[in-house]
Amino acid sequence: MRYGMVIDTIKCVGCTDCVVACQTENNVPLGYARDWVVEAVVGTYPELHLEIRTERCNHCIDTPCVRTCPTGASHIIEGGIVKVTANECIGCGACIESCPYDARYVHPNGYVDKCTFCDHRVANGQDPACVSVCPTYCMHFGDLDDPNSEVSKLLATRNSKVLAPEAGTKPQIFYLI
Amino acid sequence: MEEIIVSGRSIPHVDPILDIWGLPISLYLFLGGLAAGITIFAAVVTILKKDEQYSTAAKIAPIITPIALAVGLLFLLVDLHHILYAWQLFTTIRLDSPMSWGAWTLLIITPLSIIWVAMHMKSIMPMLNMGGCCLGVLGFFIVEKNDGSQVNWEWRYPFLINFEKFVIAQKQVFAWIMLVLGLVVGVYTGILLSAFNARPLWNTAILGPLFLTSGLSTGAAAIMWLSSDHHEVKLFSKIDLFLILIELFLIVHMIMGFRAGSEIQIYAATFFLGGDFTVIFWVFFVGLGLLIPLVLESMELVGKKVPVAIVAFLILSGGLLFRIIMVDAGQVIRFLY
Amino acid sequence: MKTTRRQFIKISGLGAGSLALATPTFNLLSGKQKPQDDIKSKRYPNYCEICFWNCAGWVYTNEEGKIWKIIGHDDDPNSNGRFCPRGTGGVGSYYDDDRLKTPLIRYTKEDGSQDYREATWDEALDLIATKVSEIKNKYGAESIALFNHGSAGKHFTHLFRAMGSSNIAAPANAQCKTPRENAFKLTFGHELHSPEPLDIQNADCMVLIGSHLGENMHNGQVQEMSMLIERGGTIITVDPRYSVVASKSKIWLPIKPSTDIALLLAWINVIINENRYDKEYIEKHAHGFNELKEYIQPFTPEWASLITTLDPTQIVLAAREMAAAAPAVIVHPGRHVTWYGDDTQRLRAVAILNALLGSWGRKGGFFFSSSASVGKHPAYKVPYPKPKWSWMDIRPGDFPLANTGITNVLVDGSHPDYTGENKIKAWFVVGSNLPVSIPNKQRTLEAMDNMEFIVVVDTMPMEITSYADVVLPEATYLERYDILRLAENRYPTVALRMPAAEPRWESKPGWWMAKQLGDRMGLNQYFAFESYEEVLEAELSKLGVTLEQMKEIGVLKLERPYDDAYMHEGDEIEFETPTGKIELLSTELAALGFDPFPKYTAHAEPPAGYYYLNYGRVPMHTFSRTSNNPNLSDLKKEHDVWINPIVANDWGIKNGQYIWLQNQAGVISDFPVKVRVTERIRWDSVFLPHGFGHNNPKLSRAHGKGVSDTQLISNVMHDPINGSTGMRLNFVTFLTEDPRKETEA
Ligand SMILES: Nc1nc2c(c(=O)[nH]1)N[C@H]1C(S)=C(S)[C@@H](COP(=O)(O)OP(=O)(O)OC[C@H]3O[C@@H](n4cnc5c(=O)[nH]c(N)nc54)[C@H](O)[C@@H]3O)O[C@H]1N2
Ligand SMILES: Nc1nc2c(c(=O)[nH]1)N[C@H]1C(S)=C(S)[C@@H](COP(=O)(O)OP(=O)(O)OC[C@H]3O[C@@H](n4cnc5c(=O)[nH]c(N)nc54)[C@H](O)[C@@H]3O)O[C@H]1N2
Ligand code: SF4
Ligand code: SF4
Ligand code: SF4
Ligand code: SF4
Ligand code: SF4
Ligand SMILES: [Mo]
Repeated sequence: MRYGMVIDTIKCVGCTDCVVACQTENNVPLGYARDWVVEAVVGTYPELHLEIRTERCNHCIDTPCVRTCPTGASHIIEGGIVKVTANECIGCGACIESCPYDARYVHPNGYVDKCTFCDHRVANGQDPACVSVCPTYCMHFGDLDDPNSEVSKLLATRNSKVLAPEAGTKPQIFYLI
Repeated sequence: MEEIIVSGRSIPHVDPILDIWGLPISLYLFLGGLAAGITIFAAVVTILKKDEQYSTAAKIAPIITPIALAVGLLFLLVDLHHILYAWQLFTTIRLDSPMSWGAWTLLIITPLSIIWVAMHMKSIMPMLNMGGCCLGVLGFFIVEKNDGSQVNWEWRYPFLINFEKFVIAQKQVFAWIMLVLGLVVGVYTGILLSAFNARPLWNTAILGPLFLTSGLSTGAAAIMWLSSDHHEVKLFSKIDLFLILIELFLIVHMIMGFRAGSEIQIYAATFFLGGDFTVIFWVFFVGLGLLIPLVLESMELVGKKVPVAIVAFLILSGGLLFRIIMVDAGQVIRFLY
Repeated sequence: MKTTRRQFIKISGLGAGSLALATPTFNLLSGKQKPQDDIKSKRYPNYCEICFWNCAGWVYTNEEGKIWKIIGHDDDPNSNGRFCPRGTGGVGSYYDDDRLKTPLIRYTKEDGSQDYREATWDEALDLIATKVSEIKNKYGAESIALFNHGSAGKHFTHLFRAMGSSNIAAPANAQCKTPRENAFKLTFGHELHSPEPLDIQNADCMVLIGSHLGENMHNGQVQEMSMLIERGGTIITVDPRYSVVASKSKIWLPIKPSTDIALLLAWINVIINENRYDKEYIEKHAHGFNELKEYIQPFTPEWASLITTLDPTQIVLAAREMAAAAPAVIVHPGRHVTWYGDDTQRLRAVAILNALLGSWGRKGGFFFSSSASVGKHPAYKVPYPKPKWSWMDIRPGDFPLANTGITNVLVDGSHPDYTGENKIKAWFVVGSNLPVSIPNKQRTLEAMDNMEFIVVVDTMPMEITSYADVVLPEATYLERYDILRLAENRYPTVALRMPAAEPRWESKPGWWMAKQLGDRMGLNQYFAFESYEEVLEAELSKLGVTLEQMKEIGVLKLERPYDDAYMHEGDEIEFETPTGKIELLSTELAALGFDPFPKYTAHAEPPAGYYYLNYGRVPMHTFSRTSNNPNLSDLKKEHDVWINPIVANDWGIKNGQYIWLQNQAGVISDFPVKVRVTERIRWDSVFLPHGFGHNNPKLSRAHGKGVSDTQLISNVMHDPINGSTGMRLNFVTFLTEDPRKETEA
């Protein structure tokens, strides 16, 4: 089993609902965020192209953040979800420096925090909060190992990309383009 | 033109530029490199049985080592955000994590470096002024001795006396251990940054040797500064000259490597070639911290009288500056946006 | 009695859609969503008050019983279980510590300056009752006007009617959708209301003229637009700005501002001349086709191209795309449509285009919505006294088709320069931030200055509260019972709002305030209930549900009584227009002396060095009301003014720089605004999202962040048909130095 997300940039409108939904669901303190939205504009008026996408920890297969963690606080659980155990974390920042996506931050309480793929919801058979709130239905969550899952099917039928593949971490969030 | 806007995110220490690691980490790396340099020289001199000839290198300069390591460790702790959990560092060993084996190495080398100093105590400080408070903590370990010999003190407990005998007897083995540990610390402070592939500027194999060389150079500078022996100063001045040349070679190599690297590394190089870090890097670090000392040391070699303190000071501050620049610039240059 | 199609249209013409009396189809276990952790969290039904889409959802509390999160209700057709960012961030409206905490009364200090003091409810309510009774006795109840928006307004509307005043208006009409409602009523005999009955989910093509869906987050529409994209449908966007939806469109027409009517006429021209209109539909239902055909001849794509700066082949292509999808095509009516003062005519052109494409009453076009009707509590059955005059009599003869209260007309009747009979003497403002929502702010301020008494009911210390004599703090929607939501949609629903937490500080629900005032002013019979639960119980009883059951299910989903969402083949339909047909040629406008067909008029252009002041929405904020919301301001703390790189270059203005804006009349913005240099805006315009630039320092997060577009909209073009306020003919220039520095020195 390998959890991943497939996000349709063609449908995303950049509303940041995914961001605020994550903040309320996971009590992310104000001023911090586990996910965010990027808009990239290219071209010259009126020949323009806009890509909008929501980003978060990519729950990479090759995880420098886990590797560089000196205490084992950063670890991988069932389904490839990368998590941090708060009371094992010393807040050294090594994992933050090692993440090419800048997906981690120091929680005001001192430990490092990041997207958990809402494992507490996934365990209940629910979608992550950001996925379940998205008003454009552009986010999909599921098992990439299962060829019959919605995410696998989307990847099989649509063009997709990952972010910064050159960083070599094998991200598990795919963007449909 | 590409316009990129990130919304919903402005996180302290992450946006708009990463500054998770600041001055404490630079100081930590600098002090670690310095300690490693001194330890390696002390060990080598001892192994080569030149420790009496080059006694500053073997005996006096190593006094800096435990202090540098302890202060460095303190800086590391200062930089931890969840400091009350710092003990978690020592509940596991993670070989993949330089932080982890670095922490363990420091845990081992710090007491050993104290023992190294203690081993030489009698020869470098035979006459201690026992009157009054200046004795401080040492008072817990030593007592006054008045047998008319050249040393006016002795270890307080018999087991300490026995231990001293033991280490002095095993001095060669000890020196080899210190050499290995010194190298580990040197390499560790060197590759700590380059272990982070996520930071394009740190993602180069040259950074490790470069830091190690720079550490050795600062070590040599410290020895030069402390030594009053003309031959010793000259030797370390020569060594240092050689190290600076290697450093310069590596720097040029590193920048060329970036220029020939991935898109993001080419971009990273621009920071040093016209961008924000150009002046501080070339003028202050390379110019003041490497080239001027290089010139001064060459003059010394051909017999000109050069104030050693100035050379040493420039090298040491250059070494620190180099780490500050690398830590900062490395965090500014990101993969995305 | 057999209900015929003909009767249905007539009923719906009255404004309510088909009324569902049918048996409720609910089941207490129907909710797919269960509390995540039954032991730890509880949930309370509510409907969102952050905007007027009024999505129904659940408010969750955590282990400590504190409000935790808000999530959409699966049975709610407005949200389909998903809230927009503003609704999700609605929790912040409860937690905002800047909220109004106690009633406040204005008083004069010894040195002559004025300030507010905290007051008890009794004191504040007694003062209002006394003052209002005085004014009522002196000038008549009609002299008291109510400005409102949102559900709280409904309780005060009841109070006003009971008092004998119908001078009630909301900026959500004359500053928003009035021209659209008029235009569709004139054409199809039917207003659109909210949510607009657009069958986007079944459409193959949608044309957006300035409607910036995706930034305008009207939830159901954004969701359905996404479905349309998913199905490979075509979107055509007409917008001078490269809006988010422009980037998702097959055709984006970067039109020159204020020239849309020319484009619409050209489209009508192409569709008629290329015989791409729905002949059968037009023949059967439309009035005035031949006249239209003749009228439209000069308006060729080439003609429109010169006006709009658009490529004529693109204009033609777009017309063909729409026609190819017809009747599953929607030329979107827009919502905030008060742009250039000829807006009713522009929306008439939109309606005519829809008629030609045959989308009205068709699958994938406009459907007929259905809403529920509930019972009435006896207190709401007492007849209201008949007012002697109303807002319609303030400027008699002007604005003949104004069909809802016109805020700016009430302002006219309040202004010192008003010389007519029917003067306004006092205001109640409930849930509307007038200095930020009615253009020509100066005039609004002068009118307020002229009032003998102003009461403001709000949750936040917004601009409007600074002009009140008495400020009443309302509990947020998360802390109160309120009117039932009876949404018009594909199927009828009833949604309950109930408190999920105790009101913070001294804040109170609106119904309670209205009742307290009514009781104090001798209107007890209109408020003969102890608690609002009683009223709800009475209303729900007609549907056979109890309040307790509603608390469990939140949304009561009803069945449509008839299969009448779309027109059926062979239906005999009489439209609620003078001719009983879809009026391509408006007989009503002709009778009133207006153009029976839409006409393009050239509008003023910006002088050299000035740019069209274009404004709109950002997805994470609603007007000015959320800029201080802790969660939502966390997403966007301040806005920026969009400037094209060519313009920025001319001015030497850099991205991220702060500048001040000055409009054509010399009005200078109170605060500076951050520049966003972007290709997404034309070189003749700037874009300034609405709702920022608050000047009340009590708003700790929002104060001074950006520029209020309203402040710079001093030129207003009144639509002669209904008085609504065209707001887009203001031009701004840039000041790179603080303009107030010199004057101070
Ligand atoms: N997030 C969010 N969503 C909202 C609201 C909110 O406050 N926040 N408010 C809701 C309400 S009440 C309303 S009324 C709606 C309003 O939403 P809309 O009806 O979509 O809004 P407008 O302000 O009419 O449209 C703004 C767009 O018109 C474009 N525009 C400007 N001038 C012209 C022109 O001359 N021609 C054309 N074709 N386009 C032009 C602008 O570039 C901008 O993209 O939004 C609703 N949804
Ligand atoms: N310049 C400019 N002006 C505009 C627009 C624009 O785009 N630009 N848009 C126009 C449009 S489309 C519209 S619909 C109007 C909307 O204009 P308004 O109806 O004035 O809407 P808001 O600005 O949201 O003001 C809402 C007020 O209600 C208060 N409030 C919020 N919740 C509650 C509550 O539960 N109870 C009470 N009592 N008060 C509450 C808020 O604190 C705020 O003071 O503005 C119009 N005016
Ligand atoms: S909620 Fe959905 S549409 Fe909105 S920004 Fe996030 S991914 Fe995009
Ligand atoms: S995105 Fe960053 S934090 Fe997440 S798994 Fe990959 S490297 Fe680790
Ligand atoms: S900050 Fe915490 S999780 Fe990250 S590497 Fe250090 S100990 Fe591990
Ligand atoms: S999966 Fe959960 S934790 Fe991760 S961004 Fe989405 S809501 Fe936040
Ligand atoms: S559209 Fe958004 S803000 Fe408006 S009612 Fe729905 S959830 Fe609330
Ligand atoms: Mo509106």
